[in-house]
Amino acid sequence: MISLAGRDILHAWGKFIFTGIGLGLLIGVTLTMAGLYRGMVEDGKVLLDNSGADLWVVQKDTLGPYAEPSSVPDDLWRSIRTMPGVAQAANVTYLTMQVGKENEDIRAMVVGITAGDSGAPGWPPHLVAGRQITRGHYEAVADIATGFDLGDVLNIRRNRYTVVGLTRRTVSSSGDPMVFIPLKDAQEAQFLKDNDAILMQRRRTRANPVFNRPGVRGLLDAVTGSQIENRSVNAILVRIRPEFTPQEVAEPIQRWKRLTVYDRAAMEKILIGKLIATSARQIGMFLVILALVSAAIVAFIIYTLTMDKIREIAVLKLIGTRNRTIAGMILQQALVLGVIGFVVGKITATFAAPHFPKYVLLVPLDSVMGLFAVLVICVLSSIVAIRMALRVDPAEAIG
Amino acid sequence: MNPKGIHIENLSKRFGEGDTAVLALKEVNMQVAPGEVVGLIGPSGSGKSTLLKCLGAVIDPTSGRMVLSDTVIYDNGWKVRDLRALRRDKIGFVFQAPYLIPFLNALDNVALPPMLAGIANDQARQRALELLTALDVQHRAEAMPSQLSGGEQQRVAIARGLINRPPVILADEPTAPLDSERAMAVIHILNNMARRFQTAVIVVTHDEKIIPTFKRIYHIRDGITHEERGEGHGFD
Repeated sequence: MISLAGRDILHAWGKFIFTGIGLGLLIGVTLTMAGLYRGMVEDGKVLLDNSGADLWVVQKDTLGPYAEPSSVPDDLWRSIRTMPGVAQAANVTYLTMQVGKENEDIRAMVVGITAGDSGAPGWPPHLVAGRQITRGHYEAVADIATGFDLGDVLNIRRNRYTVVGLTRRTVSSSGDPMVFIPLKDAQEAQFLKDNDAILMQRRRTRANPVFNRPGVRGLLDAVTGSQIENRSVNAILVRIRPEFTPQEVAEPIQRWKRLTVYDRAAMEKILIGKLIATSARQIGMFLVILALVSAAIVAFIIYTLTMDKIREIAVLKLIGTRNRTIAGMILQQALVLGVIGFVVGKITATFAAPHFPKYVLLVPLDSVMGLFAVLVICVLSSIVAIRMALRVDPAEAIG
Repeated sequence: MNPKGIHIENLSKRFGEGDTAVLALKEVNMQVAPGEVVGLIGPSGSGKSTLLKCLGAVIDPTSGRMVLSDTVIYDNGWKVRDLRALRRDKIGFVFQAPYLIPFLNALDNVALPPMLAGIANDQARQRALELLTALDVQHRAEAMPSQLSGGEQQRVAIARGLINRPPVILADEPTAPLDSERAMAVIHILNNMARRFQTAVIVVTHDEKIIPTFKRIYHIRDGITHEERGEGHGFD
C-alpha cells in the first residue's frame, strides 16, 4: 500500500516546509528556554565547583553567602582552621556590582580572596592567561566574559585594579562573570563608606555626648576608628580532610562557633531550590504556554489541511478505504510536521544559544524529551482533525 | 435463483419519522444485466441520488431487496457485514466530477482500490496500466490530475471505477462537465467496458445528448421508477 500521507506531503511540500519552519522557530524558543534553565542550574554548580570548598561557614540562621547576606568576623577562620577535620579555611567575600571599564561598566560578581595563598578555597581554579594575584592590593583576575584583557585597568569603587590573569566559566548563580581581587580590597569595596559619609558619621558621633565625654580620653577616637574599620567577610570556605565526612566537620563548628554550616548538597539545594526557583517556575510557565501554542498551531494546520481534503476523504471512504488508513494519513502528516518543526527548532536553538547573554546549556536529554513532547503534542493535536475526517460521510462524494 | 448483474425489488427509502417523514423511494424495481448500460433519468428531487446512494451501500434503504451478482446484499436489512469491502470489491463509482485524489498520479489513482484490497503495489499498477491502455490514456499515467484535461480525468476516473472488476458501476452524471464529443466518448467507453468486463452500468443523467444512446431507460419521478425501452443502439 502506498503512503497516502507521504504522497500528500510531497504534493504540497511547500506548505509543509513553511509551516514546519514556523513551528520550528517556536520549538527553537522552547528548547532555548529549557537550555536557559539548564544554564542557570549549571551556573550554580559551577559557582560551587569553582569555590573549591567542601563546607560553607556562614552567619547563623542565614542562607548565605549566595542566597542571603551573611557576615562573619574575618578572624574567625583561624579558630575554624583548628577544628577537627579541617584541612584549609579561607575568608571570602562576594558582591555583585557594576565594575568600571574605561567609559562603561559591566555587571560582575566581585570575589574577595585571601591574598598570597594560591590554591586556597575561593581562588579561581584555573587560568586561561596571565597569573594568579600575588600582591595584597590592586590586582585582579577577571573572567574572560567580562571583556577585560591582561593589563587592562578596572575600577571598583574608589580603587583601580590591573588585570593580571584571565579565567573562564567562573560565574555567579545569576550568570554574572566574576572578578577576583584581594580580600582587604573587597572588604573595603563592600563595607567602606565614601569620604563624605565618613565625615558626616564622625560629626554625628562627635555631637553625641555618650561617645564624646570630656572626662574619658580616647573614647571618641576609639569609637570613630571602630566605625570605619571593617572586620567582616561573607563566609569562610572550608576544605576538609579526606578521612572526615562533611557532617563530622560541620557539626562541631555549628555547635561551638554558633554558626551555620552548609555542605555541597545543602548549598546546591539552596542555589537550585531557592535562589533560581522563581526563575525556574517562570521558565516552566513559558514552556507550558509555548507547548500549548505549538499544539494549537499544529492542530489548526492539520485541521485546515484535512478540511481542504474533505471531498478526497469522502471519495477514499466511498471506494473502500479503511478508517484507520485515513486516520493514519492525518496522524503521519501531523508527525512529519512535528519532526520538521523539531529539526528546524533544534538547529535554531543550537545556533542561537551562544549569542544569548546568559549561559544556555542544550542537554541531549532535553532534546530527546523535546522530540517526544513534540510527537505527543502532534498526536493529540491531530485528534480533532481525525475525528472530523472519520465523520465524513462517503455519500458526500456522490452529491 | 438469484440473477447476475443487479436486481432491485420494492426498494424504498424514508427519511425522518412521523409527520415529517419523507418517502424518497417508493418500491423501486430495477434490473440491469451484466454488460448492459441503462439510463436513470428524472427531474431534480425525484430520488435519483437517493437511489444511487442506496445502490452504492452508502445509505440504508428502509425496505426491499437488492441482489448483486448472485448475492443478496439487502433484504429488509443488510446481509453483508462489511459495507466498506462491498463498495470496494463489488461497486465501481464514476462521479460527475472525476474527484481524482490530487496528490496521486493517474496510475496510482487507478491502482488505489486494488491496493486498498491488499493487492501488491506492482500488481495493482500493472492492472491499472492495462486499463489506462484500454481507455487510451496510458501515455498520461505519470501525470498528476491537475495536469490532465477534463476528458482524460474522466477516463482515469472510469478506470478507477473498473479496476476491481465490479459487477456494477454507478455513474452519477459522468458527462455533465463535458462537451458533446467528449460526452459521447465517455458513454462509448462505458458501453465498451461494460461488455468487456460484463459489468452492469447504471448511468444517472440529465444530459439530453446521451439519453438516446441507452437501450433501456428507467424514469424516476416522486420515488417511483418506470422502465421504458430506449432508442439507443448501445454502441453495438
